[in-house]
This record gives sequence, structure tokens and C-alpha cells, in this order.
Amino acid sequence: MDETALARLRANPDFIELERARGTLGWTLTAIMLVVYFGFVLLVAFAPNIVATPIAGITTLGFPLGLGVILIAILLTGLYVLRANAVFDALTQRIAASER
Amino acid sequence: MSRFRMAALAVAASLAAGAAQAAGLADGKVQAQPVDTVAIVMFAGFVLLTLAITAWAARRTRTASDFYAAGGSITGFQNGVAISGDFMSAASFLGISAMVYASGFDGLLYSIGFLVGWPIIMFLMAERLRNLGKFSLADVASYRLSAVPVRSFSAVSSLVVVAFYLIAQMVGAGQLIQLLFGLPYSYAVVIVGVLMICYVTFGGMIATTWVQIIKAVLLLLGASYMAFAAMAHFGFNLNTMFAAAVQVSAKKAAIMGPGLQFKNPISIISLGIALMFGTAGLPHILMRFFTVSDAKEARKSVFWATSFIGYFYILTFIIGFAAISMVGDNPAYVLKGAVRGGSNMVAIHLADAVGGGVLKGFVSAVAFATILAVVSGLTLAGATAVSHDLYANVIMRGRSTEGREVAVSRYATIALGVLAILLGLAFEKQNVAYMVGLAFAVAASANFPVLMLNMYWKRFNTTGAVLGGWLGLVSAVLLTVLSPGIWVKVLGYHTAWFPYDNPALFSMPLGFLGGWLGSILAAGAPASRAEAARYEALYIRSQTGIGAEGATRH
Repeated sequence: MDETALARLRANPDFIELERARGTLGWTLTAIMLVVYFGFVLLVAFAPNIVATPIAGITTLGFPLGLGVILIAILLTGLYVLRANAVFDALTQRIAASER
Repeated sequence: MSRFRMAALAVAASLAAGAAQAAGLADGKVQAQPVDTVAIVMFAGFVLLTLAITAWAARRTRTASDFYAAGGSITGFQNGVAISGDFMSAASFLGISAMVYASGFDGLLYSIGFLVGWPIIMFLMAERLRNLGKFSLADVASYRLSAVPVRSFSAVSSLVVVAFYLIAQMVGAGQLIQLLFGLPYSYAVVIVGVLMICYVTFGGMIATTWVQIIKAVLLLLGASYMAFAAMAHFGFNLNTMFAAAVQVSAKKAAIMGPGLQFKNPISIISLGIALMFGTAGLPHILMRFFTVSDAKEARKSVFWATSFIGYFYILTFIIGFAAISMVGDNPAYVLKGAVRGGSNMVAIHLADAVGGGVLKGFVSAVAFATILAVVSGLTLAGATAVSHDLYANVIMRGRSTEGREVAVSRYATIALGVLAILLGLAFEKQNVAYMVGLAFAVAASANFPVLMLNMYWKRFNTTGAVLGGWLGLVSAVLLTVLSPGIWVKVLGYHTAWFPYDNPALFSMPLGFLGGWLGSILAAGAPASRAEAARYEALYIRSQTGIGAEGATRH
């Protein structure tokens, strides 16, 4: 790509929308995942007795929390794909079409 | 007992203790098992099928793109299954179920760490990697940085990660075949080495991917059936399963909470960082993003990979916990608290308990197939670093032909395969438990900072990449050597210089710090300004894919 093509793309409203949408979604979901995982790890590291509290019968809080982290990881990636398929691809195609 | 027998027993015991940890597996004694005909026949079936696929793939592997990236012909779903296969190693299947069996909750904590790197790869890297890369990680880094120093670093770092991972897998293979098939250690190492050379040399990435897919499907089926049958045994009630486990376990209710496996909070956090960010720097994993056609397929891959890996870890958790009562209570499997054949046999015994000799043979064969599939991917990534990065771009300075480059990668595959066999034999009696952790720590501390800074920071330059990359690499290796895992357990010193088992909490920030410092120090140089100016093109291509390598075959 030459300088003019780069400048043209930079000013393309679809490109600006794409970078904004991808940045917002990516960093928001990253922040959620980091908080969830390191929240869980810090809880295990510094408050193991809370994690070992029985909640239903003999089952302790740690198990639903741990399985919850796994399910949240899957759900967040699914959410990203849904949003990305709906928004990013259409924008990318429009940007590519405008460059042809 | 004669002195000779005593000595032989002592040697066997120390050998077993070291090797059981080989693939990152938990501690335990290993005894040779009777020859398992069912398992050997099933494994032979797997080998025939995968060799047939290799022959098919060989006819389709002509160009460099075919060899390194399957010509971009893999779909997102297929790639997701293959990626999950890379993570469903024998170490995770047998090792994590053994860790759950031994430590209950802490086994779950460990497996979660391996999963949570995937969302991060999805949100920050997968699409950009696909848009920027061609065959190797170094392609992404050298997009705007100076090729020779950056590729040299990247190739060395990839080879270090691959080597440690490979040794762990080879030693694990030798151990497993003794455990599962009742055959000698050296057989396994040679079989794995020779088959992997065949797959990769002739079938390149196409064969490597399909071997991984077939194995992943077989392993998921076997593990699903085991978990289902085990849950049926407990009337599909987790509380019943937990209650039975607590009653049988020698550790009683302690298995229901943290602390049996991981005791030091800093160690837990450092391990969490290594597992989470290391995934985003593993060359054999990230290379798979170049096998799909575009960013959309790349993100689908990650979703399927995350789903299958998460599902698989839930299965290993059920298998490990169910085994506490179903295997632990049965004198046919556990004698006076010691698991027959070693602690890593827990999942295999459970297969026998819920499905008899046929299921046991099937699961054993799949466990061995899994090592084969994982080492093939590792070897291909290593060969790519040698041929595409070192040979074509560093030694020949980009003046090589495509045909020569592919030829070199085939020679490199054979050389790496032979080296892996020799290392596997050399490390037979060594304690290599630290090696997978070290591979993740190097990936998190060296590859990950360079990739991230290159994609996200305009002023990042070659000096920063070289300083940050090498600092992360050297500090991760050095701190691991000084940690209890090597300094005390392998070298035999009394106290470790570095008290934590995993260095990533310190070495990953050092990698980023070096990247920042180097970039700031060299910011005024004309070359650095030119690199900053080229960021715009990198950024726009990473977002849109315009100008991306057309790996797709139309």
C-alpha cells in the first residue's frame, strides 16, 4: 500500500468505525476475562478458606467458581464471534470494496 | 533379597519417579505392565489411518504455503479442533486427571489456567495475526522491523520453546508406552520419532493438522464416554460423587478446597500468568492461524478451540474426581494407597472400571496417539523456524527460492526428529517436570511481549524487540534454572536462589520493560523513525486484511 492509499483508508469512515468497534469489544472483553481469572486466582491464593466453604451439601464454593471461569471463557469468545461476524466483516468488506 | 536386586529396584524406582513427571505429569511410581494386545492393535489402526492420510496429503503438498500453512485450506472449525488437539496432550489428559485424583480442587485450578489464554488470543491477537502473518511468528514481528536480528531472536526463542516441549513429550511417550503397552522405553521414543518425521516431511501442515483432528475427535469421544459412565454411576449427582470421594480419599475434605498442590500465593499467580500469556506465545499454536483463509475463520478457530478445550477440562475433572472413589476403592487398581502402574494410570484404570479391557485399550491407544500428534505440530513449528526464518531470511537474506526453502524445511524436520529421539533417550532418567512450565514461561516472557508491542505500539523498534525479547528469554530460562524445580530437584542443591516454581510473574514484565527501554533509547535513530513510520501500514493491514498473504487456494 502506498502513502495515499494509507491516508485514504485512515480517513475512511468505515475504517474508523471498524477500529473503534474492534478496539472497544476486544479490550472490554479482555478486561472482563482478566478480572474474572485473576479474581479467581487471587481468591484461591489469599482466601483459600472462602473457596473451601460448603455451599450445597458437601460441594464447596470453589467448584461452581472454577466451572464458572471455564464457562465464562467460552461465552466471552462466543460473544466476540457473534459481534465480530455481525459488525466487523461487513465493515471490512465495505472497506475492501472501496479500495478496488 | 540380594544386593543386586536391591540396587536394581532402587534404580527402577528413581527412574520411574523421574519419568512419571516427564510429560508434566504428577508424581508416582511406574512399573512395567503386561503387554496390552488390544491397545497395540488399536494403535496400529491409528498409525495405518494416519499414514494413509499422510500419503494423501503428500500429493497436495507442493508449495511452501502448502507445507507450512496447508495452503490456507483449513476451515475455522477444523482448525479449532486441531488447536484443541494440541492442548489435549497426554500430559493434560493423564496428568490433570491424576492431579485431580491426588489433589482434588487444585487440579481444576491448574486446568483453568490452560484455558484462559484463549479468550485473550481471540480478543487481541487472532485476527491481526492472520492478517499480518504468512508462515511463522517472525513474519509478524519482521513486518516493519529489521529482518535479520528480529528473525534470529524469534527463531531461537521458538526453537527453545519447541525443544523443551518436545523433550517433555518424548520422555512422556517413553514412560507411557511402558505403562500402557508394556513395551520398552526406547521403542516408544523411536516409534514416535520415526512416525512424526514421516507425517511432517511428506505431509507437511496438511497431514499434521489431520492427524491432530482425528486424535482430538477420538480422545473427546473416549473421555466423554468415560465421564458419562462415571456420572451415571453416581446417579448424575455431583454431590454424591464428591461425598464418595471425600469418604475414600486419604486427604478427606481437604480435596474440596485449595492448598494440596499449590501452597504459595505468589507461585499460584506466577503460574497463572505463565499459563495465560504463554499460550499467546507458543509458536506451534500461533502457526495454526496461518492455515485458515482469513480473519473470520481465525476467530471461528479460537471459539471452537476454547469450547473443546473447556469441555475437555470439565471431562478430565469429572474423570479425576470420579476415580477417587471408583478407582481408589478398588484393590485391583489401588493397593495400600498406591495406584498400580503409577499415579498417571488413574484415567486408564477408570476406563477399565467403566468399560472393561476394550475401553482401556482404546484410551491407552489414544493416549499414545496424542503424543504423536502433538510432537508433529511442535516439529513442524521448529522446522519452520529453521528453514523460513534462519535459512531463507537470515542466512540467504531472502534470496533463496521457494523450492530450496521447502527442501531445507524437510531436512530440518528429519534433523529435529533425530535430535528429538536422541534427546528422548538422553533424558530418560532425568527429571523433566519443569520443562512444560519453562516452555510456557519463555513463550509468555519472550514471544508474547514482542508480538504485542509490535502490533500495538507505534514507537516499538528493532532495538526494543531485540532487548525485550532476549531479556525475557534469558530471564525466564535463568530464573527457572535457579528455581526449586531445577536447582533443588535436579541439581541437588539445598536451597533455591529463586523461591517460586514459575518465573513468569517477573520475567514477563522484564520482557515488556526491555521492549520499552530499547525502543526509547533508540527512538532517535533514523532506522527507528522509519520503523515507526511503517507502523501505519502494519496497523491498517492488521485491521482490514488488505494486502494480507493470500494463502488461500482458489
